[in-house]
Amino acid sequence: MNKIVVCLSLSFFTCISVNAQLFITKTGFAGFYSSTPLEDIKAENNQVVAIIDIGKKQVAFSMLLKSFTFRKQLMQEHFNENYVESDKYPKAVFKGSFTGDVDPQKQQTSIVQVEGILTLHGVDRKISIPATFETGNDTLIGKAGFQLNPQDFNIKIPSLVRDKIAALIDVQVRVECKSSK
Amino acid sequence: MNFKKVLVSAPVVLLCTLVSAQEIDLLQMAEDSLQTTRQPAYVTGTFKGTHIINLQSIEAPAAGELLFVIMHRFGKINDGGYELFGLDNATMRMGFDYGITDRVAAGIGRSTFEKTFDGYIKAKLLRQTDGRQKSPLSISVLTGIAYTTLKYSDKPYLNSTYRTQYTTQLLIARKINRNVSIQLSPTWLHYNLVPATADKNDLLAIGVGGRVKITRRMSINAEYIYLPANQVKSQTIYNSFSAGFDLETGGHVFQVHVTNSRGMIEPAYIGRTTGTWSKGDIYFGFNISRSFKLNKRK
Repeated sequence: MNKIVVCLSLSFFTCISVNAQLFITKTGFAGFYSSTPLEDIKAENNQVVAIIDIGKKQVAFSMLLKSFTFRKQLMQEHFNENYVESDKYPKAVFKGSFTGDVDPQKQQTSIVQVEGILTLHGVDRKISIPATFETGNDTLIGKAGFQLNPQDFNIKIPSLVRDKIAALIDVQVRVECKSSK
Repeated sequence: MNFKKVLVSAPVVLLCTLVSAQEIDLLQMAEDSLQTTRQPAYVTGTFKGTHIINLQSIEAPAAGELLFVIMHRFGKINDGGYELFGLDNATMRMGFDYGITDRVAAGIGRSTFEKTFDGYIKAKLLRQTDGRQKSPLSISVLTGIAYTTLKYSDKPYLNSTYRTQYTTQLLIARKINRNVSIQLSPTWLHYNLVPATADKNDLLAIGVGGRVKITRRMSINAEYIYLPANQVKSQTIYNSFSAGFDLETGGHVFQVHVTNSRGMIEPAYIGRTTGTWSKGDIYFGFNISRSFKLNKRK
């Protein structure tokens, strides 16, 4: 009988501890930047949904491409209409896992390697990037910077504007997630 | 005892597995969360340009955006080889459009045709939204004034009152899908001066226009303006029909078309189109617009 109690409590503990490991935000930040001598392009999105599971070491991101705002409204329109075709492919999503030890109880900054599938413009691409996780006070701040090649995602850039768009686009991500209870 | 143990613990283990199975798909969770916070978004790019061809479209420059538009019409194709099928003659309109806010734009222009200045205000009353279908249509209102400065040596009495015409238009548009958009433009024109007493000073007309995208940056456009009969009697006025292509590249929109209207402002192309397609009174022309950003968005 004792064994049953142990078994029960252990299982419950597992369930509860799994729940307590989730960190979530709906107002994460993602931005991308392209710099050429002819034109600087900057687009930012503050409505990124991010979920990080410290227990299972998994991460998931989802964002609407229409939520990216540009300095020029015309650029924003062209981005949605001609490049990422957000009417057909409204979202960019990332699902993956990370390696590295993160202790949410401690006030610390950990360097992790995040690996997973980024889906954009209907194309799945495996990416692996370093990121930092800052923990403490029931929050987890995830930060990452990396580069993407639009051609990898079947986003065609016409020769006429080729010189105005960088070959590699800088991407910055910052998500301040709260522990979910 | 052993059997009992299994019996008791099995549902618990199962329960836990279920709970964690629900959590396994973090991505699904993220997407559900995104869906619930999703705001209805305004539909963009109903048309490429601020004009379908001659007709003003519901599109207008955004706040702080300046648009420089050159509209150009050659002479009639049926002028023959001596005039190089119209290419020897041309009329044009140069204009600036500026976005005061994202909903209100103002424009000024000058046409070489009768040396006419024009100004207008275009306001977006309703914008089509996607997602939860808050609004199925975009509706804008356009009010314009045109002032003809051409000097007539035989009519010195023509003062500014006589030289002024007014346009009021409702622009009702819907982007049906990513490639097809249509627009209806009920129009009321007022001419302070008309050629004969039998002619009406107020004309009513309805324009219909649309576009079909053939590539991501190219579309076929057409428009037709129906002017009900018996409004202009001193001269034969035809309905304006135009068709052409749009090509958009970065901040430019090129529009190439053929039309039976020579004028490029509403009082001219809606109420004073004297050419007809059946006789070959066809004008080849183009519109070019270039966008400049004047203010800086944060």
